Amino acid sequence: MLKFSGKSVYKGIAMGSVVVLKKKDSPVVRGRIDDPDAEMERVKIALEQAKAQLGKLYDKALKEVGEENAAIFEVHQMLLEDEDYLESIENTIRTELVNAEFAVAIAGDNFAEIFAGMEDEYMQARAADIKDISNRLVNNLCGNEDIDLGSIEPSVIVADDLTPSETVQMDKEKILAFVTVHGSTNSHTAILARTMNIPALIGVPLDLDTIHNGTTAVVDGFSEEVIFDPTEEVRDDVISRIEEENDKLRLLQNMKGQETVTKSGRKMNLYANIGSVSDVGYVLENDAGGIGLFRSEFLYIGKDDFPTEEEQFQAYKQVLQTMAEKKVIIRTLDIGADKQADYFNLGKEDNPALGYRAIRICLKQPDIFKTQLRALLRASVYGNLAIMYPMITSVGEVERIYEIVKEVEKELMEKEIPYTMPEQGIMIETPAAALISDELAQIVDFFSIGTNDLTQYTLAIDRQNAKLDDFYNPHHKAILKMIKMVTDNAHKYGKWAGICGELGADLELTEEFVKMGLDELSVSPSMVLKVRKRIRELD
Amino acid sequence: MKNFSYVIKDEVGIHARPAGLLVKEAKKYQSKVMITKDGKSADATRLMALMGLGVKCGDSVDVEISGDDEETAFTEMKAFFENNL
Repeated sequence: MLKFSGKSVYKGIAMGSVVVLKKKDSPVVRGRIDDPDAEMERVKIALEQAKAQLGKLYDKALKEVGEENAAIFEVHQMLLEDEDYLESIENTIRTELVNAEFAVAIAGDNFAEIFAGMEDEYMQARAADIKDISNRLVNNLCGNEDIDLGSIEPSVIVADDLTPSETVQMDKEKILAFVTVHGSTNSHTAILARTMNIPALIGVPLDLDTIHNGTTAVVDGFSEEVIFDPTEEVRDDVISRIEEENDKLRLLQNMKGQETVTKSGRKMNLYANIGSVSDVGYVLENDAGGIGLFRSEFLYIGKDDFPTEEEQFQAYKQVLQTMAEKKVIIRTLDIGADKQADYFNLGKEDNPALGYRAIRICLKQPDIFKTQLRALLRASVYGNLAIMYPMITSVGEVERIYEIVKEVEKELMEKEIPYTMPEQGIMIETPAAALISDELAQIVDFFSIGTNDLTQYTLAIDRQNAKLDDFYNPHHKAILKMIKMVTDNAHKYGKWAGICGELGADLELTEEFVKMGLDELSVSPSMVLKVRKRIRELD
Repeated sequence: MKNFSYVIKDEVGIHARPAGLLVKEAKKYQSKVMITKDGKSADATRLMALMGLGVKCGDSVDVEISGDDEETAFTEMKAFFENNL
């Protein structure tokens, strides 16, 4: 049994036999030629072949993955007609008297490098497209056929990285999962895996030469692991987990499309909590009415440096667009305490839960905060966004936040960058915020109660300390009283209140929450349908 | 020579596919169509160069048209920008 970790781009679990896709070894050799006209004729034929191949791929993709994903092949066709690219190939052939394969490879490398050097991430990703079309031309020149990916058995595809031409050729019914050594979360492999709802791991440190076709592999998108040659025990466990997943699917069929409403007709907004862009598929799959808590920390954690405004903007925009007009509530940076990133240089604290974290960092280091706010306001144009601020304890903090937001707005306006102003709310996760929620309700658009921290702070119990388990009572009256108080105060000023902590998914309390008059519950995607079922059973 | 300025409204800017459409349109005319953004220019018939300008939504570009059919090209290019970009 061999285990490797990677980055999951789609949460699912699958088991099956492996097909290893290796890039065909066709090292391009420089050769001297005498007749440049004949070489140019070969290029012309290879170009025509390539355009025909791409036309077929476009048609296939259009049928299977939709126009948006198919458009890439149309772009590839257009790139093949680019005069600068073609002139560069012709120049190399005529001035250096080299073979067509070599000239194409050089042109491909040069143009890909230009795009790879650009600031815009989207343009950087186009470098792969230029390499893809150049490889296609070289393969045609060498007389290599396209790999036949249409005729494999249902398999786990293992590869270095997959190009769009490779993924689209595969028969979707026969792919159980993707595992790649390279690739980013913005790569075509990742995008397609999400579109196709199949588990995929990228950035898995594998030596492809040591993995053999036909080996059994388990791809676990939840634990972000791939296991080759699993033991009998692991297999049994996986089989039961796959069945569990299938059970969930059946449940999903039942509850999907149903309204979240009690028998007496009281409606509740039922949203989902997510921690990364790739979780959005899960939100939609489970038919949540929106995203009630999008933890933006994922953009900051596991990195060497702060994410750029553009990086954040793209991530937020992607989520907003995918969710169409559904509500997306993004929580601003909540780092510190148990969530750390080295480059923040936060230092050691004796009592990190009561320390320098979340909004406190943002207010002390407004540059970090402003970058995020700019990205959020810009992305807001693309959907129904709301922002919420974590760890609030006073009215003064909210006022300070609003001043910073105003500054960001002014900058955007001056630079004529399009933006819209989203709804702004706060997390109620400190007893202080709960107790002054009547004052806070007058200046914010909504409350979202973070019950995990609120419980820990109210009961003075460290959740990480197992010795305290006997003292920990998540249903403590103090917590329920505070939730009721916060909800009442919100309603007094015409605002709404919800719960985004774990307690929101506690089915024993659902009835009480409905009675308290809460307007929204945000739970993990896998809990959405269970909570909906519970609410529909209530009077 | 005729020219006009245009602020890009298409959310992806002059990227892959819209850029391809622009190339197709520009190739219809004998006139030379040059797109300039922040002092960098590209021939509108050349896709990679055009994409290389990195034109995004909200960016302002200058379009310069010169040649025998510049009158028609001007009107039609302008309409093309308004309808597609």
